[in-house]
Order: sequence, then structure tokens, then C-alpha cells
Amino acid sequence: MNRAIAAAERPGAATPAIEVSDLTVAYRERPVLWDVDLSVPSGILMAIVGPNGAGKTTLMKAILGLIRPAAGRVLVHGRPGGEQRRLVAYVPQRGSVDWDFPTTVLDVVTMGTYGALGWVRRPGRRERERALAAIAKVGMQDFVGRQISQLSGGQQQRVFLARALAQDAQVFCMDEPFQGVDARTERAIVALLQDLRAAGRTVVVVHHDLQTVPEYFDWVTLLNVRRIASGPVADVFTERNLRLAYGGRVAFLARDPGSGPDPATSEGGRGRA
Amino acid sequence: MTAPQLEIQAIAVVTAIACAMPGVFLVLRRMAMLSDAISHSILLGIVLAFFATRDLTSPWLVFAAAVTGVATVSLVELLQRTGRVREDAAIGLVFPALFSAGVILISRHAGGVHLDTDAVLMGELAFAPFDRLVVAGRDVGPRALWMMGGILALNGLLTAVFHKELKLATFDAGLAAALGFAPAAVHYGLMSVVSLTAVGAFDAVGAILVVALMIGPPAAAYLLTDRLSAMIGLSALLGAVAAVAGYWVAHALDASLAGCMAVMTGALFALALLLAPERGLLVAARRRQRQRWDFALAMLAIHLAQHEGQPDEHVECLPDHLSDHLRWAPDFAARVVDLARRRDLVVERAGLLALTEAGRDLARAAMVR
Repeated sequence: MNRAIAAAERPGAATPAIEVSDLTVAYRERPVLWDVDLSVPSGILMAIVGPNGAGKTTLMKAILGLIRPAAGRVLVHGRPGGEQRRLVAYVPQRGSVDWDFPTTVLDVVTMGTYGALGWVRRPGRRERERALAAIAKVGMQDFVGRQISQLSGGQQQRVFLARALAQDAQVFCMDEPFQGVDARTERAIVALLQDLRAAGRTVVVVHHDLQTVPEYFDWVTLLNVRRIASGPVADVFTERNLRLAYGGRVAFLARDPGSGPDPATSEGGRGRA
Repeated sequence: MTAPQLEIQAIAVVTAIACAMPGVFLVLRRMAMLSDAISHSILLGIVLAFFATRDLTSPWLVFAAAVTGVATVSLVELLQRTGRVREDAAIGLVFPALFSAGVILISRHAGGVHLDTDAVLMGELAFAPFDRLVVAGRDVGPRALWMMGGILALNGLLTAVFHKELKLATFDAGLAAALGFAPAAVHYGLMSVVSLTAVGAFDAVGAILVVALMIGPPAAAYLLTDRLSAMIGLSALLGAVAAVAGYWVAHALDASLAGCMAVMTGALFALALLLAPERGLLVAARRRQRQRWDFALAMLAIHLAQHEGQPDEHVECLPDHLSDHLRWAPDFAARVVDLARRRDLVVERAGLLALTEAGRDLARAAMVR
């Protein structure tokens, strides 16, 4: 049923890139996601936003098949996520790995090609070339042999991005790629994400900065344990939905030219519930 | 060198290299203490299997010990998952209990058997050449050498074949899972290898040396290189050096072989810590020292640049006043001025310090940075 709706929304895109239905995830009987339905059409750039603890990273991990949901299912391009691993590239939070690990930029980016290689087979010249091409795309070609601890935060993020590019996936899942990077790197990353969208790929980004949502993304999902709203930014990134997602704690309200929210009332508001 | 001497060293070197390979991944995964836990708790497995088979040479002993090693890791993780105990405490709870259970069983029921607690901790490397492996009536060498040689071959094969999987699961378990590489399976595979290696090395070299060889050389190699394969190779080399050096130290002192070898792994690590080319403490101290002088020179250059040609020039640019204005001790100020003069950053004109062109460049560069 959801599939039919998505197809109607986007003529030409037969199956949605990601289809989440009735997804409930709980840690120790505490629900982190309640009954989430989501249909992400192919070829869009989508932000997942919501307050801390809203389950943004959990939703992403469920899409990647990294956690087992209590209920519900995830389809990637029409088939269960577990069968579609190679179609999905994952850019975890930068802090999730040990940057003192004895390895180089080229080595880390080559890891993106491991999925296509499968067990035991070693990366060869083709994988190396793919990795080098990905490194060039993120402008890190001068750092190929550099030990990864000697990189700045923004450079590390670009290495992670290159690793995902080397995977040559259809769907890209990124967990806060702009965290701790400078403005220039952020713009460079956004340009890359928009290139991916132009190439027909689907990009899903856990995002924190509400200000930049309309500028960077064309699709948005507002999440707070439940799905508050999901759809084109112009339709669903509204003051009403933001209030629903963030309670009174919205530090920023959408600058809808029509509805004209009053930013002065936004901060503080009702405070923490 | 006599044949037994050579054989003892060969056993120690082979053991060191076999231990270094899984050791590298233990160190990188911050699980070094698990080697301690495993190498002790396997005693319980050995004792239980001995009671079942009544044969100290039975392969079931090795199997049971390896299973106990993996069970130790599972128990630690189980305790951790309750959320009531942290990992270090969980390790400290599990292995002494299992090890002591083994010790009690030995002292109660295995009095007359060659299984005693001293040998468990320090091994009996000196006697290893007397335990020969005889195949079809022919003596083919010490049993321990064949045992450790086999484990070395296995570890080398596994490390080579699963290099990519080990690297990915160690560096980024999340991506490994997302790409379908089952990091949990890799984890338990590694733990099995650690257990098996500990069991094999246990009889010959004892639990303490197993831990020393698994952790010391990789920890030293980690300071010396920033490539994973180089780290594995260096760990093997350092382990072998510690084994041979330890043998000769023990020989000279007439002391415990395993003890001296373990001390040598510590000594090699201390050397690496001091002298490593990039991360060594000496290099770091020298780097800090150089930065201190560079910073002082930049401060001097900026100070002079600010006051050159100003009305207060005759006070601010007086060498003797620097200690007041830059909060430097007088002799430090004198040394900085001296260094600046030698580097042609300043000259003294009519008793006042003046920047040269190079000095002005330095001040400009320091301020825009």
C-alpha cells in the first residue's frame, strides 16, 4: 500500500528507496521508536531531525539492519535491508571509531570496497583505484598516505565520506556528517551530497541544525520516538510540526514566508517537560 | 651453544611470534586484559579435561582449555551486559574465580600428578627439551616446539587470510556489521585463537609470559609504526628479540627463563616509549623545548615590532627591560636575545634592539597565524 502511495508521489520512481513500516525498536523494554512508518522515494536528499533521544540514530541503524527491531520491517529498494547491504553505504558518527588506529587515509577509504569483495578476497588494483577516485572527489588527494590521527576533524569526516563513495551504493546513510567541521568543509560536503542526489542516489542524513534544513535538503523527516511528519521540506517543515517534534523547545522556527512564525516566542517556551 | 639451549630459544621465539599476532588485535581493541583472564582461567579447563581423560597429553586438554578461554570472555560480557558491573571489574571477578577453582581441584585431587601451580604461572621452559615428540620410533624434536610451531602456523594463516576482516571489525565494527562481515563472529574467532595460543604456550612458558608476549611487543610496535601490517611484523620481531635476550639474561643470572623473558618485553617497551621516532617521550620533550624557544623568539619579534619607532622605544627595546615587559627571568631573556641575534632576527643599535628584515617577517608571520 505504502509502495503505491510513494509511486504516486514520484512518478518514475517505481519502488521507494527505503520503506519502513510499523517499526518499533526498544532497548530493555524502553521504546526508542514507536510504530514508525516512512517511505523515502529514490533520488532525494533527506534530513532526519528531532530532539536528543528522539531515536534518529536508532532509525538509521534499523535501516542499515544493525539492530533488530521489536516489530515492523525495513525494505531497501523493495527488499529486506539485510539482503541489500551492498546498496547501502553507512557514514557513522566520527567519534565512533579510534582515530589512533595504525592505518592511512587510502586504507580507510579502501574499506568501502570490502562489501563488494566479500569474505577473504583481498583488495587489489581495482579497489585501490576506486578508493583513489573517491578520495579525489572529496579533495583529499594530498593526504592519501597520511596516518588518520594526523587529520583535522573536517578531514576525517571527508575520509568517511570518501569511504562511503568508494562503496558505490544507491542509498547513503550519514549520522551527523557536519558535526565538528568548519563552514568550508560543511559546504563542500553539502555540494557532494547534492551531486549524489543529481546522480540519482538517495541520501539520508541525521541532522542537527534546523536553520540549514531548507537550504540543504529537499525532503525531511521529523522524529520524536514517533514519526511526526515526513515529506518534502516545503510541505512538512512547518512551525506546527516542529512544535510537535520538539515540544516548546524549538530554538528556531521555520521561516515560512506565508505563515510568518514569531521567533521571539520560540526560545525557552515551556521548558523541559 | 648446546642443542637443548638452542631448542629452548627456538621454542621461546616461536611462542613469541605466535603470541604477537593475536596480541596486536587485542591491544588495538583495548582488550589487553582479556589475555590475562584467558591465560589463567584455561587452567580450569585443563584440570577438568585431565580428570575426564586421566591423560596429560590428551588433545582434549587443549580443546577443553580453549573452550574455557572463550567461556571466560562470554562470562565477562554477560556480567557487563547486566549493566551492574564494568568491564575491568567483570574481568577481575571472572578469571580469579575460574583460576582458583582449577588450583583447588589440583591440590585436592591431583597431588601426585605433574600439574602444579608454580608451573602454571611460570612454565617449565628449562625442561621443555626433555619432553620429546617421538614419531614411529624416531625423535623429531621437543614436543613444545611442534605444538607452538603448529599454533604459529595456524595464527599466521588466520591473520593472513582474515587480515581485511580483522582490520575492519577492529577499526569500525559498525561498518563491518553493515557490510555483512559479522564482527561478533570475528571477535569470538579472535578469542578462540587467543585461548588456543594461551593453552599451547601455557605448558612451556606459563601464564605470565603468555600475557607479556601478547601485550608487550604489540604495545611497543604501536609506538613505532602507523601501519597495521608493519605493527604485526614488528611485534613478532620484538617478541623474538625479547625471547632470545631473556634467555641469555636468565643464563647469566641463573634465574627463571620465563621471568627474564617477560622482563625483557617490558624493557623493550620502555625503550620504545623513550626512543620511538615520532611518539617517543624524548622526541616529544625535544619538540616541546624547540617550540618553547620558537615561541619566545616570536614574542620578542612581536614586542619589538610593536614598539619600534614609537616614543617608548628607548625603554621597551632596551635588552635589560625585556624581563619586565615579557615576564621573562633575566637570564632567560638574555638567552633569547642571544639566540635571536645568532639567527639574525635582531641587531643591537645604539644600545637598543632592532629587528632585521627576517625578524620583521617572523613577527608578521606570527601575528597572522
